[in-house]
Order: sequence, then C-alpha cells, then structure tokens
Amino acid sequence: MEFPGLINYWIVVVLMMSGFYIVISQGNFVKKIVGLNIFQVSVFVLYISMSKIDGGAAPILDEAIKNYSNPLPHVLILTAIVVGVATTALGLALIVRIKDAYGTIEEDEIIVQERNDS
Amino acid sequence: MACTAFAIIRLRNLFSVVILSGIFSLLAASLYVLLTAVDVAFTEASVGAGISTLLMLATLAITSEYEKKSERSTLLPKSIVIVTGAVLIYGTLDMPLYGAADAPANLHLIQRFIEESGKEIGIPNIVTSILASYRGYDTLGETVVIFTAAIGVLVLLGHGRNRWRPGKQPKIARDEQEEEV
Repeated sequence: MEFPGLINYWIVVVLMMSGFYIVISQGNFVKKIVGLNIFQVSVFVLYISMSKIDGGAAPILDEAIKNYSNPLPHVLILTAIVVGVATTALGLALIVRIKDAYGTIEEDEIIVQERNDS
Repeated sequence: MACTAFAIIRLRNLFSVVILSGIFSLLAASLYVLLTAVDVAFTEASVGAGISTLLMLATLAITSEYEKKSERSTLLPKSIVIVTGAVLIYGTLDMPLYGAADAPANLHLIQRFIEESGKEIGIPNIVTSILASYRGYDTLGETVVIFTAAIGVLVLLGHGRNRWRPGKQPKIARDEQEEEV
C-alpha cells in the first residue's frame, strides 16, 4: 500500500475515540465540553480528507487549473463548525447555571447532593 | 494533534486544558490548509480556535479552575472506547484510499459545480457560491440554529429581574426579589 493510504482515517478514529473517552470517563463538565469539541473536529477531518483529490487545488476557479478538490464537503463542514460553536456556547451557559444551582461542576458531587436531598 | 488530545485527557488543570484545546483547533486549521480546504481552515482558526477558547475561558473565570480527582474506575470506559475504535478501524478498510479521484463522493454533482458555477453565479470561489446559492436554505437553517442557541444562552444567563444572575447564590437572589416586592 502506498503511503497516505488509509492513515488519515485511522488518525480520525484515534482522535474520535479520545474525545469519546473524555466525554464518558471524566466527571468535570468543562472537560466534557472539550471532549465533545475534539470529537467534532475528528468528524470534520474525516469529511475534509474525503474531499481531497490527488493534485487537486483549492476550489477557487482559475483558467490555469484543471483539477480541484471536492468543494461540497467544505461547505457542509463550514456550516458544521459554526453550529458547533453555537452548541458549545449553550453547553457552557448550562455549566454556569449548574455552578449557580449546585456550587460545583463535578458530576460526582452533584450526584451525591441529589442523593442527600431526596 | 493526537498528542494534544492525550494531554487533554491526562491534565487536571482546566486552564491548560482550554489552552490545549485552542492549540488543537489551530493544528486542525493548518491540517485543513494542507488538505486544500482554505475556507474551512479560515473558519476553524477564527471561530474554533478564537471564539470557543474565549467562551471557555469566560466560563472558567466564573466557575473553578481545577478538576477534582475522579474516584470512578476507568476500566469500563476504556474497554468501550477500545472496542468501538476497533470496529471503526475495521469499517475504514472498505473506504476509498486517500486522494482517490474516483471515490464515490467525488463523482456526482461536483463536475457540474466546477464547470457551471463560475458562469451561473459569477464568483470564482466555488465554496462561497455553493454555500450562498445552491445550498442557500441550508445556510438559512444554520442561522436559525445559531439564533436559537443565542436565545437559549440569553434565557439561561439572562439579566432580567426574575433571573438569578451568574455568580450569585440562588438564595440571595430570591431574597433580593422579595425585598423589591
């Protein structure tokens, strides 16, 4: 197999799994949001790798260029990045409210408080 | 990039975690430039590395800067992650090789966009003409999502009379309201 092969996709899998691991194993909410962001970026990298064509230039029209990368995934990912920031902002706002209500942003401590209340 | 991701897993100081996630975004942006997705790289650098990091730092300023050590066992998450990763890698074996021009994703629609969009829209940047014209409704939907998120943030953190302000304890806020009444 020649060099680039499927390595891009394997890196994507490693990144995606580290994001997933952060989300399910860490108790801190800010860290969970960072994990979600890593997961998101790995999906973006997957799409952008698919759109790359050997010898293709950036998709900006010019007389001299015959071969372009696939512009459609670029458009989809542009939309996804902006939506991702919107969801991140919403999640962080929720964290601020949780801090107000419980005085902590650790999942374990919140579970203990809930148990004591009921 | 993988190194930054692993460092984020290990570190307990949330400030360094946030800064590392900014570096991670910046590395992603340079990767996009290498993959010839210049518009995406531009957006990732400004929005992903800039605004997200800023928002997270603002959150850290209101909440705490250190993460407490978790008592939970990491065995179950680790095994779930390894199994899922193995399945995903098995899935990639069927994918077309990196850079293949005959991959299914690169065969339809694209030729038409490349040949006609310059004449039809009159903008040399194909990404812009698809974003604003061919997929205009998609972009409209995106702005609706952002609008909804903005409303959500305002409702959660609102500064109206009936809201608890961030940084104040709920009980104090309630007392103040009663005094005003």
